[in-house]
Amino acid sequence: MPTAPAVAKPLLVMEGIDKSFPGIRALRQARLDLYAGEVLALLGENGAGKSTLIKVLTGAHARDAGTILIDGRPAAIASPLDARRAGIAVIYQEFNLVPTLTARENIFLGREETAAGFLRRRREHAQALALFERLGVRVDPEALCRNLTIAQQQAVEIAKALGLGARIIVMDEPSATLTSQEVDRLFAIIRDLKGAGIAVIYISHRLDEIFEIADRAAVMRDGETIGTRAVKDLTRDDLIEMMVGRPIEKEFPKVAAPLGEPRLVVDGLSRAGVVRNVSFSVRRGEVLGLTGLVGAGRTEVARLIFGADRRDAGTIRLDGRTLDIRSPRDAIRAGLCLLTEDRKAQGLVLGLPVRENFSLPSLGRFSKAGFVRRRREREAFAAHARGLQIKVASDEAPTRNLSGGNQQKVVLAKWLESNSEVIIFDEPTRGIDVGTKYEIYLLINDLAARGKSVIMISSELPEVLGMSDRILVMHEGRLSGEITDVRGATQEQVLALAVG
Amino acid sequence: MQAAATPRHGGLRSRRDVAADVIHVMCRAKEQRENRLMGMAGSGGATRRFATNYGMLGVLALLCLIFSWVTVQEQDRTGSDAAAYLARGLAHGAPKSSKILIVAKTGQEDARFADALEAALKQDGFRVAGKVQGGPREAKKALQEIADAGGGLDIIATTRECADWQVVAAAGQTIPALAGVKVSVAPAYTWPTFLKTENLLNVANQIVVIAVIAIGMTMVIITGGIDLSVGSLVALSAVVAAWLIARWGGEGATPAAMVLASLSAIVACGMVGLFSGAVITLFRIPPFIATLAMMLVASGLAFSLAQGQSIYQIPDSFTWLGRGADLLGIPNAVILMIALYAAAWVLMSRTVLGRYIYAVGGNPEATRLSGIRVRGVLLFVYVVSGLAAGLGGVVTASQLKSGAPTYGQMYELYVIAAVVVGGTSLAGGEGKVLGTLIGALIIAVIWNGMNLTHVESYTQKIILGMVILAAVLLDSLKTRSWPWRSLKPPAA
Repeated sequence: MPTAPAVAKPLLVMEGIDKSFPGIRALRQARLDLYAGEVLALLGENGAGKSTLIKVLTGAHARDAGTILIDGRPAAIASPLDARRAGIAVIYQEFNLVPTLTARENIFLGREETAAGFLRRRREHAQALALFERLGVRVDPEALCRNLTIAQQQAVEIAKALGLGARIIVMDEPSATLTSQEVDRLFAIIRDLKGAGIAVIYISHRLDEIFEIADRAAVMRDGETIGTRAVKDLTRDDLIEMMVGRPIEKEFPKVAAPLGEPRLVVDGLSRAGVVRNVSFSVRRGEVLGLTGLVGAGRTEVARLIFGADRRDAGTIRLDGRTLDIRSPRDAIRAGLCLLTEDRKAQGLVLGLPVRENFSLPSLGRFSKAGFVRRRREREAFAAHARGLQIKVASDEAPTRNLSGGNQQKVVLAKWLESNSEVIIFDEPTRGIDVGTKYEIYLLINDLAARGKSVIMISSELPEVLGMSDRILVMHEGRLSGEITDVRGATQEQVLALAVG
Repeated sequence: MQAAATPRHGGLRSRRDVAADVIHVMCRAKEQRENRLMGMAGSGGATRRFATNYGMLGVLALLCLIFSWVTVQEQDRTGSDAAAYLARGLAHGAPKSSKILIVAKTGQEDARFADALEAALKQDGFRVAGKVQGGPREAKKALQEIADAGGGLDIIATTRECADWQVVAAAGQTIPALAGVKVSVAPAYTWPTFLKTENLLNVANQIVVIAVIAIGMTMVIITGGIDLSVGSLVALSAVVAAWLIARWGGEGATPAAMVLASLSAIVACGMVGLFSGAVITLFRIPPFIATLAMMLVASGLAFSLAQGQSIYQIPDSFTWLGRGADLLGIPNAVILMIALYAAAWVLMSRTVLGRYIYAVGGNPEATRLSGIRVRGVLLFVYVVSGLAAGLGGVVTASQLKSGAPTYGQMYELYVIAAVVVGGTSLAGGEGKVLGTLIGALIIAVIWNGMNLTHVESYTQKIILGMVILAAVLLDSLKTRSWPWRSLKPPAA
């Protein structure tokens, strides 16, 4: 720049970035500016272009047009290595750590400290310790990464970035798999980074966090940068409106369905080490929220009910009948279903076409003498696709190609088709954008209105409070409390039960 | 028609050069087509799907084309076909008064030639001086007898091969009484050796065993497993079948005994597969290890049952399956193979069980949580693999009319190669049974083509290995992109 600006110069400027993939314009004239020592939240629905913009920044994608300036000078970033040299580091949701190496080995991977070709392990150890100290975390540098908690692995990633001398750190949904204390610790680390003049680009779907940690927010929609504003000038509704492109009246459209008799009754459910003597019931038309800290045993309770794991003790009754559940197969036959928290690993066979995923549990009804009747399969899927507004080019498309929201809807269609009476959602909106979240909430309402019983496991307290008729809180494998007056409850109340 | 020494391989060198150019051009065209297809990624389209599923069909066609091209040469007619052509030629070109001697070797084909020719010549009014079947010695004796009798001789009608014998070719010079005698053979025709019916049937027959076993292996690999025991099972099955037949009547065994022996051998192999499957599902032993162990066990069983020897006490009729050809001249084993592939295709693409096999390979946990008995599916595929290997062993025993514990060595590797070349991913979840058939045929065609073009057997192995690599690489380019670009994360 020829003239010296009055205010601080931006550390990074991306301007007029265009990027097209076959059949889709992922970015059109996208912009981004970033100052040293700030936290910039990058927001947008899935498919808005956030990831593509970041991948252009890190050299993973070549841009079709546009400039990237670092310290006011054009930066030639054509590969991830270029980006690393320019001081840009990205911490992805799925960490890029080698699980079988130690924290120290991961931090120094590719830039090992050596003397005459031999590793200088003690020197590396000392440096790793110094990095962890700087971040204020306690991680043993010699621990194998696969034995570390997710928060610790994240700290290793951040230490690795710092060790590389990164000045710009991009964090992609860093809080998605952390407990609330861990999120607090992460925020403390981010504030330290800010203090050290490092710029952070923070990508998250959790709006509360944006207001807590970010200085400015950049919102993307349909590949364009809609606007960049200071967070203190924004409200939650402003942000949602910018992201969705239309005002949303209500984040949680809860409609209370009339409650009937208790349907699923669980008594004394136990499994050594994870679940201790859990008893509860769910009524017809009820949405039962089940929450607690990560690791409190919520998912484990669901898996025991569903027969995915073997229970040591406990009875499960549905409509007064005791169920002998030893496998998911038994549970499905009895009318239960489980929408797992990890759709990709447990909910879907990603390589199979959408139609085949849809019919997997109910193939018996779509077949005759062992032969699949594809036409009936197709018709049934089409009906659900209309009802659930599943956006998919063809029912032959590999499930892998669908967005997270559409994948979740395919899972839902699969279980609706198998006529489940009790539907267990484990983190139904994880990784799903605001617009689709809303649709999922409407579906949960609809299920309750149809007389089904819903168990909704969630870590997001606003969601639990906004969508449940009743809330159960777990702590260390036990039920630690029940909240019946959900409308009058606060997040603090729930948290108090969750920490025991 | 004077027999002239025609240079059989004349022009072959230059034809090979041309062939190389053709290959080059075709590869370029294929590459361009595939680039276009990749450009259309996301838009789907039946063309792309077809290319992904059956692109190897193009490779197979290309190989057939190449080997046809380089094996084009003059072909001798044989049997009654040769007799008909020769008789027609003589009827038009020789005076009716000619005295003709027919010379042929022994053997079915030559006997057919001699008989048909004799009949045709007599019908045309020629004087047939005699019909000799045997070697040069017999031919010389016959010629000498004719010369001694003083009857003279005008024409020796014979096959291309006998025409090259010194006694026949130089009969006019060596036996003065026969000066002026002509040698006549049926006209040759130009055709690729590769495309001759016998050769094509030979290709099919050679690959039957590999292809049949590959059906089971495809299913196993689609579930994400592997079965290394199939080679040993071929030996075990062949030995069990032969041993039982030897026990139940030996060379005088009844068809019922042979069928029962074969079925017992196949079932025994199915039991071994069941055992592998049980170990894999109940104790969660990796399939590689479990079937490696069974490979050793089965091989050891075969050796101890046969006491290290080959078993030959088998009736001739046992070769019906391996060598017979009852329907339109198509070998029975090939018909069996085609029927099995048809059944496997229906199973994998149309039935519930087939769908489950793909689902288990794609994501076993999600499949289990969908209420499917994953263990049952796995047991099924290993049993099928064992049964298929058992059948392969019976076919081998039938082809070779014996059972020996050394049969089937390295077969597991050729079978896996056929499956992988056919486009099935070792990671599981995807693959096509018909792709495997194409993969097996590709391997057979390469093998056969190299034999026809006289490539040394050591070199054959090197080339086959490289071709397997190339085929798999070509296939992976369709779904991924160029390897040096795949280092970067794929487009979101």
